[in-house]
Amino acid sequence: METDTIRRREKQTGWLLIAPALLILAFVFLYPIGRAFWLSLFTQNLGTQLEPVFSGFNNYARMFGDGRFWYSLWNTSVFTTISISLELVFGMTFALVLNQAFWGRGFARTAALIPWALPTAVMGLAWAWIFNDQYGVVNDLLFRLGIINEAITWLGEPTRAMFSLVVADVWKTTPFIALILLAGLQSISSDLYEAHAIDGATPIQSFRQITLPLLAPQILIALLFRFAQSFGVFDLIQVMTGGGPAGSTEMVSIYIYATVRRYLDFGYGAALVTVTFLLLIIAVAIAAFFLSKSRINISGER
Amino acid sequence: MTTMPTTFLKSLNWKKVLLWTGVIFLVLFCLAPLLWQVLTSLKTNDAIAKLPTVYFPNSQQLTLDHYLILGGKFLRYMLNSAFVSFTSTLICLAVGAPAAYTLARLKIPGEQIILACVLVVSLFPYVLLFLGLLELVKFFGLGNNYLSLIIPYTAINLPLTILVLRSFFQQLPKDLEDSARIDGYNTLQMLLQIVLPMTIPALVTTGILAFIFAWNEFIFALTFITRDTLQTIPIAISKIGGASAFEIPYGPIAAATILGTLPLVILVLIFQQRIVQGITAGAVKG
Repeated sequence: METDTIRRREKQTGWLLIAPALLILAFVFLYPIGRAFWLSLFTQNLGTQLEPVFSGFNNYARMFGDGRFWYSLWNTSVFTTISISLELVFGMTFALVLNQAFWGRGFARTAALIPWALPTAVMGLAWAWIFNDQYGVVNDLLFRLGIINEAITWLGEPTRAMFSLVVADVWKTTPFIALILLAGLQSISSDLYEAHAIDGATPIQSFRQITLPLLAPQILIALLFRFAQSFGVFDLIQVMTGGGPAGSTEMVSIYIYATVRRYLDFGYGAALVTVTFLLLIIAVAIAAFFLSKSRINISGER
Repeated sequence: MTTMPTTFLKSLNWKKVLLWTGVIFLVLFCLAPLLWQVLTSLKTNDAIAKLPTVYFPNSQQLTLDHYLILGGKFLRYMLNSAFVSFTSTLICLAVGAPAAYTLARLKIPGEQIILACVLVVSLFPYVLLFLGLLELVKFFGLGNNYLSLIIPYTAINLPLTILVLRSFFQQLPKDLEDSARIDGYNTLQMLLQIVLPMTIPALVTTGILAFIFAWNEFIFALTFITRDTLQTIPIAISKIGGASAFEIPYGPIAAATILGTLPLVILVLIFQQRIVQGITAGAVKG
C-alpha cells in the first residue's frame, strides 16, 4: 500500500520533470513536421493570394513532373555519397593516427577539433576564398606546382563547384567521424592484436579481421549521423555557391528554402519537406536495422 | 644475429614515417583554412590582391585595418550571439537535466518510446523545421525577437543533453539516493541538493557543446531575425559585402571570421578533453 503511493508519486514527479523538455521538443520538432504533412495537402502560394486552398495530392503530383526537384535530389545524393565516403576514409585514418602514442598528441587532438567547432556558414566563406578563381590559394598552389597554366574557375563550373563543396564538407565533418571511431578503437583490447600478431598476422590483416568488425557499430553510428546531416546540408551550399552555377549544386534543402522564402509557395514547400522527411526516416530505419544486427543496443543498455 | 635488429629498425622507422606523415597531414588539413584566414586578415588589400599570392608578407604588407573597419557594430553581433547562445544553453540544461533524471531513475510508462523519439529527433535537418517554425514565429509575433532563436536552440540541444546526462545519472551510485530518501528528501529536493551538485562536470560538458551549436546555427537566425542590429555572428559575417556585388571584401571577412570564431577556439583550447567526451558520449550512447 505504502510503496504503491510512493511509486505513484514518483511517477507523477517523473512526468512533471520531463514535461517541459517534451513540450519544447514537440513545439520545435513535431509540430513543424506534422504541419508540413498537413500543409502539403493545400495549395498556398501567390496564385491563391497566400490563402491555403485544399488541393489533395496535387503538390505531390506536381513534384513528379518537377525536373528541378529531381535534379536537386540527384545533387544531394551525389554530394552525400561522395563526401561521406571520403569522410569515412579520412576519419578512419585520423582515428588510427590519434590512437597511437606520439609526442604532441594532445595538440593534434585539439587541432582536429577546430573544424568541428567552427560555424559552417563562416568557414564556407573561408573555403570560397580559398577556391577563389582570381586570388585563391588553391589556384596559386596548383600553378606553382606546374599542374595548371592559368587560373581555373572552381565555383563557377558545375563539376568543380561540387568538388569544392565536397572538399569543404570533408574538412568540416571528418573530425566528428574520427572522434567517434577513435572512441571505438580505444575500447578494443590490445591483447587481441598481440595474439593475432603472434599467429603471424600482418597489421593489414589485423585491421581487416579485428578492427573493422569490432568497429562496425561506431562506423554505422557515424554514417547515420553524417547521412542525416549531409542530406539536409544547407549552410555550406548557401554561402559557397547558393546552389549555382545554374542549379548544378542545388540540394533539396536549398530548393525547399527557395520555394518557401523566394517563391512564397508554402504548400509545395511543405510537400518537399514531407518527402525529404520520409526519405530520411526510411534511411534511418535501414541503418537502425543494421545497427541492431551488429548487436549493439541503440540506447547503450542490455 | 645481425639481420634481426636491422630489419626491426627498418620496420620501426617505416612505421614512424607513416605515423608522422599522418600527424602532419592531419594538423595541416585541420588548421590550414583557419590559418589562411588569419594571414588574409592581416594583409593589406594590395597584398591580398597581389599575384602570385603573398605567403610571407613584409611589414608594409601587414595591417590591422580589416579588424578596425569592423568597428563597434561587430561587437554588437558578438554580444547578440553570446546572449542567445548563453541563454539557450542555460535553459537547455535547466529543462534537460530533470528530463534526463526521469529517464534514468524514475520509471514512467513509455520511457523507451520517449527515448527513441529523442534519438530520432536529433537526426532531423533544421531545413525540415524552419517552415513550421516560421508560421509559429509569425503567429506569436516573435519575428526579430530573440525568443524565436532561444527556443529552437534549446530544442536542438535537448536530445544530446538528455542522452549524455541520462547516462551520467545512471552511473551514479544508487545508495546515495536511497539513503537520502530515508532521510526524508523528496525527489525534487534530492535532485536539486544531492544529484545535480555531483553532476556539474557533465553539465559543463553538455553546456559547452550546446553553446557551440547555438553559436554556429545559421538557418533559423537567417529566417527569423531580419533586423541588422539583432543579427548573430554567422549571419552578420555572411552578409559582409563590398561596394559592388563583384567586389568581395576578403580582408574584413577574414578578420570577422577570426574574431567571430575566437570564443569557440578558446573553448576548444580549454575544454578539449571534455568536448571529445561529450561528442563521443552523445553519439555512442545515442
